[in-house]
Amino acid sequence: MAESRIRVLVAKPGLDGHDRGAKVIARALRDAGMEVIYTGLRQTPEQIVAAAIQEDVNVVAMSLLSGAHNHLFPKVVELLKEKDAADILVIGGGVIPENDIPFLKEKGIADIFTPGTPTKKVVEYIRNNVEL
Amino acid sequence: MSEKGTLQELTNAKEKWTKGTVEKALSKYKERKEEFVTSSGIPITRLGTPLDLQEVDYLDNLGFPGEYPFTRGVQPTMYRGRLWTMRQYAGFATAEESNKRYRYLLEQGQTGLSVAFDLPTQIGYDSDEPIAQGEIGKVGVAIDSLADMEVLFHEIPLDKVSTSMTINSTAAILLAMYVVVAEKQGVSLELLRGTIQNDILKEYSARGTYIFPPSPSMRLITNIFEFCAGNVPQWNTISISGYHIREAGSTAVQEVAFTLADGIAYVEAAMKAGMDVDNFAGRLSFFFNAHNDLFEEVAKFRAARKVWAKIMKERFGAKKPRSWMLRFHTQTAGSTLTAQQPDNNVVRVAMQTLAAVLGGTQSLHTNSREEALALPSEESVRIALRTQQIVAYESGVPETVDPLAGSYYVENLTLEVEKRVWEYIKKIDAMGGAVKAIEQGYIQKEIADSSYAYQKEIEAGQRIVVGLNKFQVEEQSLQGLLQVDPAVGETQIKRLQELKKSRDNLAVQNKLADLQQAAQGNDNLMPYILDAVRLYATEGEICNVLRDVFGEYRPVEIL
Amino acid sequence: MELVQQARKGNRRALARLITLAENEATEAVEALQELYAYTGKAQVIGITGPPGSGKSTLTDKLVKELRKENKKIGIIAVDPTSPFTGGAILGDRIRMSDLCLDEDVYIRSMSTRGSLGGLSAATGAAIKILDACGFEYIFIETVGVGQSEVDIVKMADTTIVVMVPGLGDDIQAIKAGILEIGDLFVVNKADREGAHRVASELQMMLEINSEKVQWQPPVLMSIAHQNKNILEIVQEIKKHHSYLQESGQLVVKRRARIKNEVLEFVSKKIYQQIVDKVEQKGMLEKYLDKLLKKETNPYAVAKIILEKE
Repeated sequence: MAESRIRVLVAKPGLDGHDRGAKVIARALRDAGMEVIYTGLRQTPEQIVAAAIQEDVNVVAMSLLSGAHNHLFPKVVELLKEKDAADILVIGGGVIPENDIPFLKEKGIADIFTPGTPTKKVVEYIRNNVEL
Repeated sequence: MSEKGTLQELTNAKEKWTKGTVEKALSKYKERKEEFVTSSGIPITRLGTPLDLQEVDYLDNLGFPGEYPFTRGVQPTMYRGRLWTMRQYAGFATAEESNKRYRYLLEQGQTGLSVAFDLPTQIGYDSDEPIAQGEIGKVGVAIDSLADMEVLFHEIPLDKVSTSMTINSTAAILLAMYVVVAEKQGVSLELLRGTIQNDILKEYSARGTYIFPPSPSMRLITNIFEFCAGNVPQWNTISISGYHIREAGSTAVQEVAFTLADGIAYVEAAMKAGMDVDNFAGRLSFFFNAHNDLFEEVAKFRAARKVWAKIMKERFGAKKPRSWMLRFHTQTAGSTLTAQQPDNNVVRVAMQTLAAVLGGTQSLHTNSREEALALPSEESVRIALRTQQIVAYESGVPETVDPLAGSYYVENLTLEVEKRVWEYIKKIDAMGGAVKAIEQGYIQKEIADSSYAYQKEIEAGQRIVVGLNKFQVEEQSLQGLLQVDPAVGETQIKRLQELKKSRDNLAVQNKLADLQQAAQGNDNLMPYILDAVRLYATEGEICNVLRDVFGEYRPVEIL
Repeated sequence: MELVQQARKGNRRALARLITLAENEATEAVEALQELYAYTGKAQVIGITGPPGSGKSTLTDKLVKELRKENKKIGIIAVDPTSPFTGGAILGDRIRMSDLCLDEDVYIRSMSTRGSLGGLSAATGAAIKILDACGFEYIFIETVGVGQSEVDIVKMADTTIVVMVPGLGDDIQAIKAGILEIGDLFVVNKADREGAHRVASELQMMLEINSEKVQWQPPVLMSIAHQNKNILEIVQEIKKHHSYLQESGQLVVKRRARIKNEVLEFVSKKIYQQIVDKVEQKGMLEKYLDKLLKKETNPYAVAKIILEKE
C-alpha cells in the first residue's frame, strides 16, 4: 500500500564544502519517514530549482556555512517563483546570524534553523507545514 | 613497573575495594551513567591503577622527548625552551582589511601569521566568476592575483614572520605568489618560514574544496615537495590534517587514523615520484583538533606521535630522526562552540587550549566566542589570543615536559588509542590505501556514521552541551558581529578588470600555454606557475588551464 | 486532464506532479494513465542494474550525454531502497548526474522502492509510461541489484544492462545464475582496477555455456565510466540490441508479455484489495484467530471458508 511521503531536497548551494549538517539532517529526515534527495556540493540556485521541480519535492532545505546565504537563499526562492513553484516550502540552516533572519524571511525563506537546533524541531516543522 | 608479586597483591586489593567500598557507595547512589566512554567509544575506567600499565614499558613506549618514538614530545625541552607558536587563523574581505588584522595581531603578541582565503580563492575561481557571487571575501581574504598578495603582506617582513596558509587545491599558486612577494621584498627564499596546508585527501573526505582528481592532485603536491626541498628549505610543504575530519564528526581515534593514513599516501606518492624519504619527510607537518575530552585528546596526541614515528622508521625506512617526528599545529574545536550563551565558548576554548598544550602542540589557534555565528570581531579574537597567553604565562603547565605522563589513566588511554588507530590503518591498507578508501566512500561513511551518532546522543540527552540541551536561557541576539561588506565583491571585480588592462596580456597567454604543455607532460609545474604568477596571471586563469588538462574531481557520496 | 495536457506540452512541473500522483496511488493517477496510454510505446526503455559501488549512476550520466548528441529527449529514473524501519529514504543518485540537471531535454527523477521487493517501486512502470507519453525517447531506469531480487527490471526494460565491477568481494560468486539470465549487455566498469579482465572473461565463459538457448548473445564490455572510456561502444551495443529486438519480433513479444502481466497484476491487486477490505470490514478473519491459535482449525480451511463466502 502506498502512502504519500514528504519529499525533501537537501541542498548545498555555493562553494561551501561543509556537509556534516546537511548529511545529519538528511539522515534525520529519512529516519522520520521522509524521502530525501541530496544534491551534493556546489549547487547553483538554477540546479537546485531544476532538481526541486523534477523531483516534485515539498520542501527545499538548504545548508550553508560560508556566509553567502543572503545572496544565495533568496535567489532560489526567486527562481522557484519564476518556474511556478512558489508553493514549495524553502527552509535553511547553517552559520546564519539572527540578525539576517528577518531579511531572509522577507525574501520568502519560511524559516531558518540555526546551530544547535535539534533535528526533531526541523522534522516537526516540516510535518506541520507541508500538506500532502 | 611493579614486580609480579606485588601486582597480584594489587589485583586482590583492587577487587576488595570494588566489591567492598565501591559497592557500598553504589548502593547509596548509582554512578551518573550506565557506561562511561570516550568520543571514540573507549571505555573509561573508574579508577586508573598500576595494573593498567602492565603493557607500558617506559623506554619502549614512552622514551624521552626529542627521541624516538617521541611519545612525550618532539623537542627535548618543549615549552621550557620555546613556547608554542600562537598563530590565529585570520582573513576576510579584501587584502587591505586582512593586512590590517594581521598587523593588529602581530602587535598584540601573536607570533606567526595564518592566512584564511575565501572559497573562490580556495577552489580556483576568480572573483568575476558567476559561481563566486555572494562568496567573495566571506570566509577569508579574496586573492585573485599577485597584486592582491602584495597588498596582503604590505609592511610585513617575510624574513621575520612565519606564515601558514590554509590553501589546498590551489596551494602551488598561492605558494608561488608568496615566493614572488618575498622576491620583491628582497628576501632570500632560504629565509622563508611557513606552511601550506596542501592536503587534498582530506578535502575529498571532509572539507570539500577540491578541484582536480586524486592523481594530478598528488602530482602537484609532490611537485611542491620537490620545489621546496631545493629552493625553500625551511618551508613546511604540507599540513596533513585531522582537524577537519574531526569537525566533520569523526571520533578522536578516526581523526588520528585517517590523518596518518593520508600521510602514508603522501609519503608513498613522493617516494614513487623518485624522492628520497629523508629529503622531504622532515618538512611534513600535521594539523589536529583540540576537542572536549581533555584526557582523550592528550592521549590522542601522544599516540599519534608514537604511531607516525614507527611508520616513518619501520615502514618507510627513514633514517633521519627529523623524518620520524610528528610536528603539529592545533586548532580548538569549532564544532563544539554554541550559538547559545556564546560567552561559554571562551571557557570551552580555554579547556581545549589546555588539552593542546598538555598534548605538546607546536602551534595553536584558539577560536573566538562567536564562532558559531560569524567571523570574530577584534575584541573576541583578542580574548582568544589572551587565552593562549594566560595558559602560557600563568598556568604553570608549560614549565615541565609532558606532565600527564605516568598517569595510570592517560598512559592506558594512550595505548588504547594507539591500538585502535593501528586497526584502522590496517583496514585502510587492506583497501589499497587512503586514496582507494576515499574512492570507495569508506572514510566518508565512517565520518558520517560517527557524526550522526553524536547528534543522536545530544538529542537523546545522553551527551550534554551546556546552554544547548541543559542550562538553557532565553537567548539575546548577539550584536556587533563581524559583517563582510557585500561591496567587497564589486571591489574585487573592478580590480580584476583594471589588472587585466594593465598587464602584458600576450605574455600572460604565452606563459599559460607553456603551463598547459608542461601539465600534459611530467615536468615539475612550480617554475611554470611562478612564471605565470610574476606576470600577474590570475589564479582562475591558471586553474582553468589545469582544469582543462586534469579534469575535475567527481565526489563519491555515501550517506 | 489538465495536468496531462500540460505535461505533454512540455511543462516539467506537471510531469513531475503526475509521477507523484502515480507514486501515491492517487485516484487521479489512474485517470491520467488511462489518458496517457495511447501515446506510449515509442520510448526505448533501458534498465541499468548492478551492485552498489559499480558506478551505475556515473555510467548512466555518460551514456545519456552521448545520446544527447543525437538530440533525443531522455528520462532517467533512479530507484533506491526505502528504509524498512522508517519508510524513509535517502536518494543520492542525482549527485553523479548534476551536469544533466540543467539540460531542458533531460528529466531525472529519484524514486524509492516504498516497500516493493524486486528493486523497483510499484510506480516505476507508471513513471515510465508518463515519460514515454511526454515524448521522452530514451528512458533509463537505474536500480540497485545485488544479484538476486532485481527481476522487476527485466519486466520493465527493453534492454537490461548489468554493471559489474572488479574487486567487490568474490567475483565468481557474484556471477550468479540470476544475473546471467537478465542481462542483455554486461559492462565491467572501473576496468582500470585489478581483476577487471578476469571478471570479464569469467562472464564471457558463463554466457557461452548458456548460448544455445538464446538468439541474442549478450556482449561483455569493459568501461571506465568516469573517464568516459568505451561509452560509445556501449551505446552502439544498446542500439544493436534494439535493432535485434525489432527485427526478430522479440520487442513485440516482450511488450505483449509485459502488458499482459501488467493487466493481470492490476486485476489481482484490485481483487486482493477488495477481498482484504471485505475481510477486514466484516471481521471475518478475527473470529477465526482464536481457534487457529488453539489449533482447533487450520489456515487452509479458514481460507477456503473466506473464499467460498465471496
